[in-house]
Amino acid sequence: MTKENRQVDSWEYAPSLESTNHIHIKKRYELFINGEWVKPSSGKYFETINPANEEVISEIAHGNEEDIDRAVKAARKAYTEVWSVMPAAERAKYIYRIARLMHEQARELAVIETLDAGKTIRESRDIDVPLACNHFFYYAGWADKLAYAFPNRKVESLGVAGQIIPWNFPLLMAAWKIAPALAAGNTVVLKPAETTPLTALKLAEIIEASGLPPGVVNIVTGYGDTGAALVNHLDVDKIAFTGSTNVGKIIQKALAGTSKKLTLELGGKSANIIFDDAPIDQAVEGIINGIFFNQGHVCCAGSRLFVQENVAEKVISKLKERLKSLYLGDPLDKNTDVGAINSKNQLETIERYIQLGKNEGAEMYQPACVLPKKGFFCPPTLFTNVAQSSVIAQEEIFGPVLTIQTFRTIDEVIQKANNSPYGLAAGVWTEKGARIFNMANQLNAGVIWANTYNKFDPTSPFGGYKESGFGREGGVHGLAAYVKFI
Amino acid sequence: MSRLEIVKTYKIYIGGQFPRTESGRYYSPVNKDGKVLGNICLSSRKDVRNAVVAARKAIGSWSERAAFNRGQILYRIAEMLEGRKAQFVEELQFQGSSKQAAEAEVNLAIDRIVYYAGWCDKYQAIVSSVNPVASSHFNFSVAEPMGVVGIIVPENSSLIGLVSLVLPVICGGNTVVVLAAENLPLCAVTFAEVLHSSDVPGGVINILTGSTKEMTPTLSTHMDVNALVYGGTDPLELKEIQENAVLNVKRVFAYLTDWTKADAQGLHFISDVQEIKTIWHPIENVGGATSNY
Repeated sequence: MTKENRQVDSWEYAPSLESTNHIHIKKRYELFINGEWVKPSSGKYFETINPANEEVISEIAHGNEEDIDRAVKAARKAYTEVWSVMPAAERAKYIYRIARLMHEQARELAVIETLDAGKTIRESRDIDVPLACNHFFYYAGWADKLAYAFPNRKVESLGVAGQIIPWNFPLLMAAWKIAPALAAGNTVVLKPAETTPLTALKLAEIIEASGLPPGVVNIVTGYGDTGAALVNHLDVDKIAFTGSTNVGKIIQKALAGTSKKLTLELGGKSANIIFDDAPIDQAVEGIINGIFFNQGHVCCAGSRLFVQENVAEKVISKLKERLKSLYLGDPLDKNTDVGAINSKNQLETIERYIQLGKNEGAEMYQPACVLPKKGFFCPPTLFTNVAQSSVIAQEEIFGPVLTIQTFRTIDEVIQKANNSPYGLAAGVWTEKGARIFNMANQLNAGVIWANTYNKFDPTSPFGGYKESGFGREGGVHGLAAYVKFI
Repeated sequence: MSRLEIVKTYKIYIGGQFPRTESGRYYSPVNKDGKVLGNICLSSRKDVRNAVVAARKAIGSWSERAAFNRGQILYRIAEMLEGRKAQFVEELQFQGSSKQAAEAEVNLAIDRIVYYAGWCDKYQAIVSSVNPVASSHFNFSVAEPMGVVGIIVPENSSLIGLVSLVLPVICGGNTVVVLAAENLPLCAVTFAEVLHSSDVPGGVINILTGSTKEMTPTLSTHMDVNALVYGGTDPLELKEIQENAVLNVKRVFAYLTDWTKADAQGLHFISDVQEIKTIWHPIENVGGATSNY
């Protein structure tokens, strides 16, 4: 079929569904405290659903202040009596063991991640889960080498780390938080996001099976009140938070005047910049990966596209054409490029921004695609004729929505890109090496992807400038978040 | 007939110039014998804002300057301070130090400046990294200055506290707005004169005298300040600063350090006020980056 006589924009594929018959999900999950599964003191449970079909997957315990207190006490006891006095090399071996068990159960973790979060199976199978496993494997080796990481300084573990993670990369964020904390000798109380608790609970089962001493890792599920109880607990030595800038600010304020150490990985509105000498086809793939990866639920998503004026028409038309071939649908289908929006709440937020963009006078483009009848879905969306002052170009949407602006000179695009309270990431596409180094130097962001986008690795530090938070996760720099200097 | 001595007017230092406070106000701190130290500028909130503007304006040329050149300029500060040692000793004594303590403080300040001058073109090699990612990319992390940094110096130190807090921050390419010790302000102003003759570009270091209590809220709530270094000892003041910092997620560093100790210096005072930036670029077909299976 030629382009002209094609009836539907999206291509047709035979379904290729990932099997779910090998996974184990309990009907109800309790809290994982002190190596045991305990009922929440409130007796309350909430449902976690599959955002792709709105079916209930499981019931999850809603931990409260009392449960957090139990978990922190267990973590403190494990810290004092076991984990902080254990030889570092032994600590390393436990973490390696967790990594290995995760590898063994990788496929099950990937399927559950897709069911609970709505992300495509290709992504959870090839990106989220392997990266999560590798993160444990990488940090395990640091446990007995900490003295090499901080030249001329003596370090000690902090104690009990309270960690709060978001719903966009549920297992990966748990790994980013737990692995370095354990390697540095801390014990952990982790609070997963309320819409995506399952893989963290599966991780708890893996941790249980690994024989990690009870109380070293505690997982307390719940809502914002559960997280607040953790932040405000007096016996927590460190808070690590990944999530929105608004909540991050509340946490930063709550910790003012305390001795708790804090790292924040917050929002972003990252610029993806295409120069006229860029390899355009590769750049178009980079734009797609930058904003539609994980339905745009990515803090470092390349959500502000800047295209040099003389190639703008070409890039935008190629982009629109490429959008037509993105396959939106069942996240368990291996053909699917764009999965489900994580929750009804988030879908409403995204739709509100799309409406706002139209009201502001920007021009919207969405490919003609059929949305599944059930579940939360949003077609990939482009906005052209966007002003620097547009709300959709300034605020984080956290969905598959790209704003497109043009520029003429390097100075102009640097100014526009940096003109944001955020500073998490940026992309640069050009064939000119000297220009890449200039741009990498001038852009105020913690991660610069040159001729690539949305790449992650355990060895590579990640984190933001300005209101995108502080502290780094990953690599040698990620260790500093979990030690104190003496 | 004896000659009438010329008495110095102590002024503030903004953007490489010595204006009086725009408010026209002054205060007269006294030493322990009750002698007035001078009519010192009681800087206003507007002065703080002007200083931040000057610091922001200076950031580009200072942070992009060759690290070697920054080292030369810092070393030049030490040379200039050495030449005016007597004046600092005299001021420290007037503010209440013994002659011995004053001399020791000035000597240590000079040596500390030389120490940080040497770090300018070396810290990057220690704190940066090449990261062996598992995909076919070249990946490295470098340190970059945070930007405009507000510094509140210890109230019990006229010179060594200021030098110990300011030098590592500018060594790393940041620009600073310094609130001098309220009741020991003389050396801060004279140090500005040293800076002025040391090739330090205007705006890199801005020094304000006055009421810390009055200026700190403006500095800590300012949306164009990236980080704050607190050298004071008041936990309530620190808490207020940390709360104000939330407005634009400022990084806050508080040091309870005895700066008169010879080892009260180090790489971490530089690296604390650095951001880590990580850069990725694809490489063609690197062996081992793909699975053999």
